[in-house]
Amino acid sequence: MNKQTDIKKLSPADFETDQEVRWCPGCGDYAILKAVQMTLANTGATPENTVFVSGIGCSSRFPYYVSTYGFHTIHGRAPGFATGIKLANPDLDVWLVTGDGDGLSIGGNHMLHVLRRNVDIQIMLFNNEIYGLTKGQYSPTSRPGLKTPSTPMGSVDAPLSPCVFALGAGARFVARGIDTSLKELPVVLARAQEHKGASFVEIYQNCIVYNDNVFGAFTQKKTAKDTQLHVKHGEKMLFGKDVAKGLRFNVEKFGLEVVIIGENGISEDDILVHDETNRHMAFMLCELEAPEYPAICGVIYCNPAESYDRSVHKQVAKAKSEKKADFNALLRQGRTWTVE
Amino acid sequence: MSEQSTHHVNDGVTKLESVVVRFAGDSGDGMQLTGSQFSVATALEGSDLSTFPDFPAEIRAPVGTTFGVSAFQINFGSVEVSTAGDEPDILIVMNPAALKVNLKSLRKGGMIILDEGAFNAKNLKKAGYVTSPLDDDSLAYYNLKRIDITKMTVTAVKEHGLGNKDSLRCKNMWTLGLVLWMFGRKRQPIINSLLQKFAKKPDIAQANIAALNAGHAFGETAEMSSNLHRYEISKYEEKAGTYRTVNGNQSLCWGILAGSQLAEIDLVLGSYPITPASPLLHMLSNLKEFGVITFQAEDEIAAICAAIGASFTGSLGMTTSSGPGIALKTEAIGLAISTELPLIIVDIQRAGPSTGLPTKTEQSDLYQAVWGRNGDAPIVVLSVSNSRDGFEVGIEAVRIATKYMTPVMILSDGYIANASEPWKIPDINDYEAFPVKFHQETEGFHPFKRDPETLARVWAKPGTKGLMHRIGGIEKDYDSGHISYDADNHQKMTDVRKAKIDNIANDIALQEVSQGAEGGRLAVVGWGSTYGSIHQAVKKARKKGLDVSHIHIGNIWPLPRNLGSLLKSYEKVIVAEMNVGQLNTLLRSQYLLNSVLLSKVSGQPFKISEIHEAIMDNMGELT
Repeated sequence: MNKQTDIKKLSPADFETDQEVRWCPGCGDYAILKAVQMTLANTGATPENTVFVSGIGCSSRFPYYVSTYGFHTIHGRAPGFATGIKLANPDLDVWLVTGDGDGLSIGGNHMLHVLRRNVDIQIMLFNNEIYGLTKGQYSPTSRPGLKTPSTPMGSVDAPLSPCVFALGAGARFVARGIDTSLKELPVVLARAQEHKGASFVEIYQNCIVYNDNVFGAFTQKKTAKDTQLHVKHGEKMLFGKDVAKGLRFNVEKFGLEVVIIGENGISEDDILVHDETNRHMAFMLCELEAPEYPAICGVIYCNPAESYDRSVHKQVAKAKSEKKADFNALLRQGRTWTVE
Repeated sequence: MSEQSTHHVNDGVTKLESVVVRFAGDSGDGMQLTGSQFSVATALEGSDLSTFPDFPAEIRAPVGTTFGVSAFQINFGSVEVSTAGDEPDILIVMNPAALKVNLKSLRKGGMIILDEGAFNAKNLKKAGYVTSPLDDDSLAYYNLKRIDITKMTVTAVKEHGLGNKDSLRCKNMWTLGLVLWMFGRKRQPIINSLLQKFAKKPDIAQANIAALNAGHAFGETAEMSSNLHRYEISKYEEKAGTYRTVNGNQSLCWGILAGSQLAEIDLVLGSYPITPASPLLHMLSNLKEFGVITFQAEDEIAAICAAIGASFTGSLGMTTSSGPGIALKTEAIGLAISTELPLIIVDIQRAGPSTGLPTKTEQSDLYQAVWGRNGDAPIVVLSVSNSRDGFEVGIEAVRIATKYMTPVMILSDGYIANASEPWKIPDINDYEAFPVKFHQETEGFHPFKRDPETLARVWAKPGTKGLMHRIGGIEKDYDSGHISYDADNHQKMTDVRKAKIDNIANDIALQEVSQGAEGGRLAVVGWGSTYGSIHQAVKKARKKGLDVSHIHIGNIWPLPRNLGSLLKSYEKVIVAEMNVGQLNTLLRSQYLLNSVLLSKVSGQPFKISEIHEAIMDNMGELT
């Protein structure tokens, strides 16, 4: 179960465990697992200082497959455990693995608070718009009309956008990736890991059994360039096979629109430059929905502030420097009297 | 002044063994402050004492209403005092509503000191009086002292230039001054504390001191006109040492901190505000110099989850709540049991079910503590018996949790939490340390490797090289710690979890008899805050020559290993508890015991007389 770590650089394989992976064949989780193991190797993570925490659901089996420390907890509550882990030892690198049901339905409240507190962890939310482990009920991100065992006439729930939720909660790092994008996803995950504070990464993850191809409009390899926009700070938000499409801010509509360079007098100068520190821009980007718009991937928002766990430990350090921890004196504070 | 007391009138001073005084007024009248200040002044004079703050759930109830009445009762004496007293001997009321609510508790013939100035038409109407009790004969059976405290306070503080509202807020200090005079308590400690409290508002401080002095002076003058008497209570003979007053939340908080110091481990509290447990969160938040980390979570669930996360990481996780909050934490407690992590869970019980009566006391979470989880999920349950022993219970909880890698739930209640008693302050150096040893050995490691003797699993914390492991709520393989769906393995793991907890019975104190003999005609069995009432009732019965004993159980689960045979050594057993029979069910199920239940769930503690009566009934004696 345990692996000795050497000084030599670890490879993705060094982050595998001896446990048989039990996801369905073809599940998007396999690709994400690979991307995470690649990220850990690339960033030089030390297994003994890394902890994966999860709740309940298909995604939450993740910790069993990474050879670091891991805690598979209870449904929706992983943020609470992760907070406790960081409070007890802020030096640990903590990754939280959750899904759209675990993280936004039963655990929505905790997600809100772990983000607003800015606890220094990476949150990977695998969004497959369905409940997998309980066999196919609709989730808070399922699209209206989806027929499932619990919505035989189609879902009438309005869905939630995970990244909009995260921004609204006060997240200071919001990013998005696609399960099978093994080129881009590790880059995004490395940025999330580097960010001090709560990093929220939504990963579009295909559930091959209960919601297959739900992201098909933008995940097909052949059409990916025309349907995905990988934003980079300081670069124009261009996409398309010929890099001829881009996002422009339409003042009249007060929103973003897709324009084509060379058409209707549009030039490259009209295309917006991505500013990952701009929260307003981040909201607008997160609200764009495929297929009308390209799927926005990459680091959408990054604007660091001191993390909760650091602030807490600063106060503890301050108290320790100002007051002597004398237990007997503590009990004798206030009024006492002596019986001879 | 209660029936066991003796009276000697000499030079206008009545000698008493003990007396019960109840201060009652509007929430805004400062009765809790008055009561606690009087308690301190009394303790400093060497009386034994026990207090009972009784306040409403509303933060600022409308002024003058019955539901806004706040009261503070204190029983003090030269003899051992272990309850706040069945019935007040002296009732001090600041308005008609306070009289209406509290009169029924006053001993017949007892003294009422009331602020006549507050008995105006408006206040009488608010309290629901059609005619003033001062004008009819409804108070005829009592020793009534009518004093216009309002007027005299306003006069006393006049020179300090306060507005009417601030002047009236000094009424409690005037009253306190009078009561201090009645019992010969010193004013100086109160004056010091007023100067400290109002350091930034010297006018207010001086006005309060003036009111205090004026109340005291009124007593001296009134004595001459023989309207009021002084009382003398000799010192209670206590063991030598340094003392302070302590309430149950304080002693428990310090006990758990002491435990963490002895275990040489950092404490991480995850908590969510709830009555009556919040003071633990406040106190621990103020102890950062001891490395204590406190986390006010978004809810009860996140609070315990953070505590468990901290324990996983090698700190001691702790969570504090009351019944409804514990219910929310239940699933997470199951995870701590399944992953076998140390955890301290504090339940300051209050009257239930549901929201129940948040500020009233009850002992009705025993089933929840011992049995209230899905699956076979045993934990250790300890109970606090009085305001002082939270300290010992807290240390014991940490010892058991860290030695056996198990959650430990501590049951206290709203009465113990708020009631104060004198406490001989212990010395931490007198306690033996029990440092936690984190696992280091990589050879043959797996996270569920057990100590053959304690059955505790190893504690390997993140950050340790070579001991990376994954744990969770899915059943673990006994021999590797990996997840396992194997049927025989689940049987084995369930058995070992049970055996681990059962085995703790061999590592806890044997059940002692608190009072009386081992074996005999009758034992009164209790747990938690009923200690004082049972103790006094049994004492009284034994004085009459009756063969009755008191057994008070602190180890709720596992039960002490000698308890079954001990209980069977009595012809009859009464179980007295503030619920409808939870410990009774537990004892009957464990020992096939034919015990008798004495139950009370009125939100108020047992009276000594109620237990005494049950003893007499069950012994076929007349009370």
